[in-house]
Amino acid sequence: MKFKKWGIHGICALLGMLLLQPVNSADKIKVGVLHSLSGTMAISETTLKDTVLMMVEEQNKAGGLLGKELEAVVVDPASNWPLFAEKMRELIEVHDVDVIFGCWTSVSRKSVLPVVEELNGLLFYPVQYEGEESSKNVFYTGAAPNQQAIPAVDYLMNDVGAERWVLAGTDYVYPRTTNKILEAYLKQKGVADKDIMINYTPFGHSDWQTIVSDIKAFGSAGKKTAVVSTINGDANVPFYKELGNQGLSAEDIPVVAFSVGEEELLGIDTGPLVGHLAAWNYFMSAESEENDKFIEAWHAFIGNEDRVTNDPMEATYIGFKMWAAAVEKAGTTDVDAVRLAMYGLEVPNLTGGVAVMNTNHHLSKPVLIGEVQDDGQFEIVWSTDDVVKGDAWTDWLPESSKIVANWTAPVNCGNFNTETKECSGQNY
Amino acid sequence: MMKYKPFIFRLLETDQGGRYFMSILLALIVLVLVCNLVVPESSSFHIPTYAVTLIGKYLTYALLAISLDLVWGYLGILSLGHGAFFGLGGYAMGMYLMRQIGDRGVYGHPVLPDFMVFLDYEVLPWFWYGFDHFWFAVLMVLLVPGMLAFVFGWLAFRSRVTGVYLSIITQALTYALMLAFFQNNLGFGGNNGLTDFKDILGFDLRSDKTRVALFVCSALALLLGYLACRFIVLSRLGSLIMAIRDSEGRVRALGYRDEYYKLFVFVVAAMLAGIAGALYVPQVGIINPGEFSPINSIEMVIWVAMGGRGTLYGAALGAVAVNFAKTYFTAVAPEVWLFILGGLFVGVTLFLPRGIVGAVQNIRGMYRNSSEAGISQEAARK
Amino acid sequence: MKRILVLVVFASIILHGLHAADDAGLDDSLQSSFGLLVSKSFSDKAAAIRDIAASGNPHSIRVLSSLLDGNLYFHKKNQSMILVSATTTKEYEIFDLLTGKLIETRSKKELRKRYKKVVINNKLRGLLNEKLATLTIFSEDKSTRLTSVRNILKTLNPSAVKLLRDAITQETDQDVKELMRICIAVFDARSEIPEIQLAAINTLSGSLYPEARTVLEQLKTTQFDRTGADSPLLQAVNSSLQAIELKAGVYKQVENIFFGLSLGSVLLLAAVGLAITFGVMGVINMAHGEMLMLGAYTTFVVQQLMPNSIEYSLFVAIPAAFVVTGLAGIGIERGIIRYLYGRPLETLLATFGLSLVLQQLVRSVFSPLNRSVVTPQWMSGSFEFNPVLSLTYNRMYIVVFALLVLFGLLWLLKKTSFGLQLRAVTQNRVMAKAMGIRTDRVDALAFGLGSGIAGIGGVALSQLTNVGPNLGQAYIVDSFMVVVFGGVGNLWGTFFGAMILGIANKFLEPVMGAVFAKILVLVFIILFIQKYPRGMFALKGRAAEG
Repeated sequence: MKFKKWGIHGICALLGMLLLQPVNSADKIKVGVLHSLSGTMAISETTLKDTVLMMVEEQNKAGGLLGKELEAVVVDPASNWPLFAEKMRELIEVHDVDVIFGCWTSVSRKSVLPVVEELNGLLFYPVQYEGEESSKNVFYTGAAPNQQAIPAVDYLMNDVGAERWVLAGTDYVYPRTTNKILEAYLKQKGVADKDIMINYTPFGHSDWQTIVSDIKAFGSAGKKTAVVSTINGDANVPFYKELGNQGLSAEDIPVVAFSVGEEELLGIDTGPLVGHLAAWNYFMSAESEENDKFIEAWHAFIGNEDRVTNDPMEATYIGFKMWAAAVEKAGTTDVDAVRLAMYGLEVPNLTGGVAVMNTNHHLSKPVLIGEVQDDGQFEIVWSTDDVVKGDAWTDWLPESSKIVANWTAPVNCGNFNTETKECSGQNY
Repeated sequence: MMKYKPFIFRLLETDQGGRYFMSILLALIVLVLVCNLVVPESSSFHIPTYAVTLIGKYLTYALLAISLDLVWGYLGILSLGHGAFFGLGGYAMGMYLMRQIGDRGVYGHPVLPDFMVFLDYEVLPWFWYGFDHFWFAVLMVLLVPGMLAFVFGWLAFRSRVTGVYLSIITQALTYALMLAFFQNNLGFGGNNGLTDFKDILGFDLRSDKTRVALFVCSALALLLGYLACRFIVLSRLGSLIMAIRDSEGRVRALGYRDEYYKLFVFVVAAMLAGIAGALYVPQVGIINPGEFSPINSIEMVIWVAMGGRGTLYGAALGAVAVNFAKTYFTAVAPEVWLFILGGLFVGVTLFLPRGIVGAVQNIRGMYRNSSEAGISQEAARK
Repeated sequence: MKRILVLVVFASIILHGLHAADDAGLDDSLQSSFGLLVSKSFSDKAAAIRDIAASGNPHSIRVLSSLLDGNLYFHKKNQSMILVSATTTKEYEIFDLLTGKLIETRSKKELRKRYKKVVINNKLRGLLNEKLATLTIFSEDKSTRLTSVRNILKTLNPSAVKLLRDAITQETDQDVKELMRICIAVFDARSEIPEIQLAAINTLSGSLYPEARTVLEQLKTTQFDRTGADSPLLQAVNSSLQAIELKAGVYKQVENIFFGLSLGSVLLLAAVGLAITFGVMGVINMAHGEMLMLGAYTTFVVQQLMPNSIEYSLFVAIPAAFVVTGLAGIGIERGIIRYLYGRPLETLLATFGLSLVLQQLVRSVFSPLNRSVVTPQWMSGSFEFNPVLSLTYNRMYIVVFALLVLFGLLWLLKKTSFGLQLRAVTQNRVMAKAMGIRTDRVDALAFGLGSGIAGIGGVALSQLTNVGPNLGQAYIVDSFMVVVFGGVGNLWGTFFGAMILGIANKFLEPVMGAVFAKILVLVFIILFIQKYPRGMFALKGRAAEG
């Protein structure tokens, strides 16, 4: 019987896991990949797994690292947050990986954080997030709020002339924080309370009729209104469909999104959405030699000309390139040595500039604003003149404005309170 | 003490599977203790703490499965919302662990947990009071799920909600809790839940010793939970609830107020699930609203069915087996593990209708009295 | 892509116009504007747009509207302007803007290589709308004139209003005339002369245009500051505003009811298949959500197969989805469920396993990414009753479609022999068998029917939400709630259950937010079941004891 066979297999595996020590193959450098391949987040994360695999393959073609071949270890945390922590432990303790690329949601990162700090692992986190964190063992290659939200609002305020604001988001920590920061920022810029509408919806919200109709009503009060959307992944398709159908055009009420990229647009007919905005550090339409090469390599790797690239992929790309450069520089994959080698390291980004790793474990990147086109791509309509340095602790909230992160001497800490001159609760 | 021993024997007298189960569990405790603490790390017989925590997690699932089996296998109520009680127990423990962090949060606030500092809470919400005491948290681990089960059960059993209707409203219960806990302004940390725990009762949660201790606690809780369920099943109450399962109408006609018995068992099961949740949280290091998701609760039902419903130890076995399969296949075959797991569920239902335990019994050709070992035909048709 | 048809029509109109026009081409001023259009700077482009609009050139409307629609490209090397229109999803026809001659047909990739689109941003789109509005105010087409006046109302600059005052005298159509009157009144309400102002305010009474309300509200505050509480002007403003608010309030309720009905219809489509498999057969089909998903993916595949007739694709997709998921349902019943009758709770386990397999299957075949299902032209946009009440077409069609499905099913159950047999099996399986009904055949067909209906529901859902592997899971819990709330085994129960839950949700949502509305509805279901343990429409008699 099939079951019996599996049973035997399983028992063998159990014994194997309990009794055998993992064999550490010294001739290979192991790269852990911790992205959900099933469950709700698979939609976004599978692409990043493929990106890491592509980067590993390319690195191996170029002769590996330190004369050794790279080997990717892929596990599936199945969009289950406690499972992320368990799999992180498995990657480091059992598979003995040298670096991990992974996580998408904030909660998955929070879940693995104690583990990666305890075991002194090295995690590259490639997604834009809410900030308020700087761990010794994590490098954040996605955007911090000051690299996405603040410039986008500035653009809407100065170039589009928005005076009335809808902050719409999914009810979880990233939108909550971003909206809090934006609310503080807007008020400081003289926007009145009655001109800000904040709205939260549950995950996977699919019936947007009422909210879109409310936005429409809010936006018809005579002042130019803009929507800042931190609506998460899956809820976006029905949201944009409703926007299109209720006839909210970008000229009347532009929507700027922080979680909608090329890949999310794949599921939407973008015809009615032309002109709506997104703020990222990378768009597939960016014109640079590196980007052309990257897109070509991606299409070749995935075997499909229609696949798109997006910002978290660029963040993964930068993270991987930086890690590889740091390993070369340090001459070892030892986490502490690599970490020190990372600071100040520069690698070309895909938009034609250079990404720099700062001592607060965040990157300096350019901020771009793109408008949705009818072919599902973004046209870059604005960009910062210079790169913006990622700020782990935002200056716009009273509690966190006191805190700075700097992992070099003499501070050497991720949450140094400039008033009390103390760090608290560090797990190392 | 002298009276206690024969009592245990009496509980396991007619329960061969249970005896095996107890022996394996005790052996596991000893084996893990010896192999983790005594055997040196270099030895190939050393069990890494990673595996200890993992087994500890399985054991808490096993306790949860036993509590579910008590309601489903013996009382005949298919609860599709058992995760609610598990999650609430977990949150109660999580709140205690959160308070233990004290001023070691990233913002260094003396009282408020990080997520509250960050959401501009001025003072601690009232429902967080008391959770700085361990005894209070333990009390809540039992009381909160118990109270919810009491209120819910009192309403449902009194008005004689049965069958699929009951199953679906238990599902509505856990779904509503999930949506509520997802809300950031409810004061439980929203989607991120509670995490970054430091220590429990003054012991560092990262130290191997604490982990092994937690494992032992889980194993003992499972052991005691099993005996408690066994005690209920063997008592007069047990006969009554099985009678309710098999024909509720007749029991009522005999003059029993069946809703009280049902309520009692339901509340006990909820408390056991709460304990399981409380032991689960310090071992995995996070509790979040995902635990309340209806799909999770359905999975729990599957553990029980997989192991063999109405045997208690079968439920425990099912929980461990399914979760081990999950751990194993998500690492070995990340792209196709859902095919394997899903296929396994279908296969087991079709070919092993009474779960793994039933299959083993079939193979060994040892059928016991049907009221003891399995589910009677009458119940099966329900 | 759904615009292809429009584009083709549009292009042919333009070409027609081009041939009719003087072939002498565009004059020099237009040519120099083009030089600015290819610039990277948006302010250069804005200047070019202003120049073209002011040029009075007969081609300017065409140039500006194709710029607005994103059909204007230029050659990367010689910077000559071209007009591009897509003939299929892959091919693009390229016309010379000057002569209107077809230059070549190119694939998307080649097009991108050789030509570059004239990129515009929202600001320019606004400017283009404004300029086009004044250029098209005398258009022969009524709807063009309407849009033109609407656009003037948005920006309301004095020169445009002056133009309007001329236009209104020539206007024959009542709708356009009314809108023009409102537009002028909104402008005049800010006039310095009290008589004009008062007349304008009275004109605006009860007008639902948001601009009217805005100007009145502004007047209310400024007038109050200037003249105190009891000036005749302020009274006029107040009475006009009251009339507006009364009307808007009524329409708001109408809108809420519609939202509720449409949410109810979605729930109905998702749940009605379950009402058959779950209610009639007593099978807890956890794979029901995946049947919805399969239906939605069938729509995607159908659209891939007929990329040139997207408009009709749904009519093909509905039967296709019914057949695909119906067959899948029969397969599941024959392969798995028939071994499990008499053990309904075990079906939960098997079908849950099946749902995992199906989800992963879809992930493997179609990739884990969402797939884009195109909404046909006739289903996009909204029907505007008045400026505060517009109902989206897709929702309206879905309400109608849900009712059709429901009545179709009722007819099937009440009027056909299969329906009779099905009801007999539902009520008393043993007796039905004794009467010679082949219960196993009825079971297979009923399961196929339930799954097929779910597939049809999936087609409808593909028009509203993500088509991805998680589609099913998002609806399965809600579907169970609807069926149980309505009463297992009763289609009318499912219908009223879906509608009541939908409307309750939509009336609670504005008051307490989306999340709490949902929680409250769930608590309501729990309490309702306590009161009515067998749902709204309880089955009576022996069948109820099953």
